[in-house]
Amino acid sequence: MSDELPTPTGVRPGGPDSGAEHELLDLVEENIEQATLWGEAWKTLRRNPMFLIGGVIAVLMTLIAVFPSLFAGGVDPRDCDLTDARQWPSAAHWFGTDLQGCDYYANVIHGARISLSIGLLSVVGTMVLAVILGTLAGYFGGLTDSLLSRFTDIFYGVPLLLGAMILLTVTEERSVFTVSLALSIFGWMTAMRLVRSSVITVKNADFVAAAQALAATTRQILTRHIMPNAISPVVSFMTIAMGGFIASEATLTFLGIGLQAPEISWGLQINVGQSRFSSAPYLVFFPALFLSLTVMAFMLMGDALRDALDPDRN
Amino acid sequence: MAAPVLQIRDLRVEFRQKKDWREVVHGVSLDVGRGEVLALVGESGSGKSTIAMSIPGLLPRNGRNSGSIQLDGQELIGASPGTLRKIRGRQVAVIFQEPMRALNPVYTIGWQIREMLQAHQELSKEQARERAVELLKLVDIPEPERRVDSYPHQLSGGQRQRAMIAQALALDPQVLIADEPTTALDVTVQGEILELLHDLKGRIDASILLITHDMGVVADLADRIVVLKDGAIVEQGDAHQIFYDPQQPYTQSLLKAVLSLSLEPVAAELPAPEPAETPAFDLDHGVIEYPGGRGRKPFRAIDDVTLRLDAGQVMGLVGESGSGKSTIGRAAVGLLPLASGALRINGLDLVTADAGQLREARRQVAMVFQDAGASVNPRWPIGQAIAEPLQLHTDLDAAARDARVTELLDRVQLSRNLRNRFPHQLSGGQRQRVGIARALALQPSLLIVDEPTSALDVSVQEKVLELFAELQEEFGFACLFITHDLAVVEHVADRIAVLRHGKLVETGTTAEVLMSPQDSYTRRLIAAVPVPDPREQAQRRRQRRELLGEAS
Repeated sequence: MSDELPTPTGVRPGGPDSGAEHELLDLVEENIEQATLWGEAWKTLRRNPMFLIGGVIAVLMTLIAVFPSLFAGGVDPRDCDLTDARQWPSAAHWFGTDLQGCDYYANVIHGARISLSIGLLSVVGTMVLAVILGTLAGYFGGLTDSLLSRFTDIFYGVPLLLGAMILLTVTEERSVFTVSLALSIFGWMTAMRLVRSSVITVKNADFVAAAQALAATTRQILTRHIMPNAISPVVSFMTIAMGGFIASEATLTFLGIGLQAPEISWGLQINVGQSRFSSAPYLVFFPALFLSLTVMAFMLMGDALRDALDPDRN
Repeated sequence: MAAPVLQIRDLRVEFRQKKDWREVVHGVSLDVGRGEVLALVGESGSGKSTIAMSIPGLLPRNGRNSGSIQLDGQELIGASPGTLRKIRGRQVAVIFQEPMRALNPVYTIGWQIREMLQAHQELSKEQARERAVELLKLVDIPEPERRVDSYPHQLSGGQRQRAMIAQALALDPQVLIADEPTTALDVTVQGEILELLHDLKGRIDASILLITHDMGVVADLADRIVVLKDGAIVEQGDAHQIFYDPQQPYTQSLLKAVLSLSLEPVAAELPAPEPAETPAFDLDHGVIEYPGGRGRKPFRAIDDVTLRLDAGQVMGLVGESGSGKSTIGRAAVGLLPLASGALRINGLDLVTADAGQLREARRQVAMVFQDAGASVNPRWPIGQAIAEPLQLHTDLDAAARDARVTELLDRVQLSRNLRNRFPHQLSGGQRQRVGIARALALQPSLLIVDEPTSALDVSVQEKVLELFAELQEEFGFACLFITHDLAVVEHVADRIAVLRHGKLVETGTTAEVLMSPQDSYTRRLIAAVPVPDPREQAQRRRQRRELLGEAS
């Protein structure tokens, strides 16, 4: 690598390693504001079109979830007329109507709230478990690692749906919260393994030793040095996992242990629609489109965030 | 001169970056005579490896070359992949820098030499094995019949490099490319490999294209020298002409920047500093162990070492890999505990101190790491990295910290607007300056410096060492200067401690240790350093042979 990089000022009397330049620059430059990791990341993000596209879709979906009636144009999703059942999309019913003759557009719009909540809550729950356990196992190693890793293996042994089924059959109340909790409790293991392995890679770096030599506390080392450097694989994984969680909710509901009717969610719609796929494919198409858009939005943002936190990538 | 075996004319090499082609070698022409050792010399980025790798057609995928490379009259540029494959190994062989990485760890070295032989020649398994043993004998590996069945990890670093050389020589190549063949080795091992190459020069009829940044190695081996800068030839000529009568200013400055072990008595003996009551660093019968894992004995990295460093002094801690020199440095900043003995920093014993005292002690000690790029968080702008010690140990607010960072950047002669750059955007020298600035942030009384210049080009190394000496004078900190490079130590240190296998071999003032070493290991260590002066080096080689003869 060359030892001389052009300076932003463009003047380079003797290269950055010469004292002459340093003196010259002293005359012209004022104190420059110090950049920080997150500050720089935000600057990069703001200019990243992928992040902006993802962000716009995510904000739109969130608005839909918060104010569904606004977007549904005042149509009540439960105001159904059986005589109108299973109509193809038309000017009157943009997304057609479902088996009960309800307006499908209003249904899909109203489904956003629950699907989005479950997706986000499950991802947050999973992240919290995975990051805490993975970081502890990876950083401390030894006995801590052995215990936590075996604990993880036990959970690996229980399939996500089976575990969630057992947990949900014994809970009295089934809400968005309990379903997300069940999905988190049985879905964090792969993420934990990812966190653990990247923490192990990072903890041997010299800059961690440098921070230890400065007598930084363990918490400071973990939060300031290790986590930002270990987070990228997890972010990518979690944005993809989000779609999986939203779909799993549908399966639980289909099995009769998820949310109860008359709740409305995309997962439920896809599940009901798939048996009629040959005659009424739009019943699957529209909720699936919204689900994919949401997942894509978070993936775009996740990728952009990962790149922004990694200045060396480009 | 007879017809050269290798003739390079107007060689240009380009690399594609994104969509543009960038030329890195600009029309280089050179000849390699039969049996000659030609050294390609230059700093990093000068294109010396790129030129060499063009010969067997081993450029990276995004590279292309033009011009002419004639090997024994055969044109290699534009030759088909099949032709090039036949040439590799048979006519052109390469010795790589890192034998551990260039040898496949899952096969024995005998297998790897056989593979090479059988790829090009019709040989039975037994014949190939026999030839492999012969080759190992040629490169002076002891017990070649047994070693032929060893795996790379079972050999020492020097033996691995010998095995690599044996493999390269297997097919009697006409040109041997040696890419930094001794850079990864310890100095005494380097001495042995240089001796071997020297010896081979007479025994094989291959020409050697030697690529190195180490002028000492060049002085030892080269018949002719080509000096490169930024992909173009600055000067070429025979070794004596380049060393004793360089014509170009660049060659002159390159030679001037090389630190060599002068071994000349210091003009005026420094007045011995009055022994302070509390030494800055005091290791008293220290033992440091690495845990050996389940059921295994711990590895003793430091065994009963006693060292004392007074305030304001610089002590060079010298030794080869595995000697424990870095271990002592790490223990001093509290990264490793002592198994027994005492380690006192400014009178405070780290072994018995409580948490609060330890924290205070850490303020007093700072460390500069070998790889400055790796010792700062890659995701932090360097200004933030320099401010970290202040944030952890002082009550300064953000504005005051910023002002202090500005001051520190000025002190290490870095432009202020570099503070928002990330470590990977800086050059090696700049990064090392960042490392120094960060270490000085809390004005420590003891600085641990671990191989600060071993990854830098000579001209940059010179400037960094200059800066270091200047700062040491100004701030007056005591310093443990860990290095394998005796020439560097001679320039910066007041005292030297020589370590070997975790034990202290010898300690004394720099002049004492270098001029009249008491221990035979120290003598061998000093004798093994190649000096960048062909005549002196030839003489030193003779002395070294005598010394080794004496020892055996």
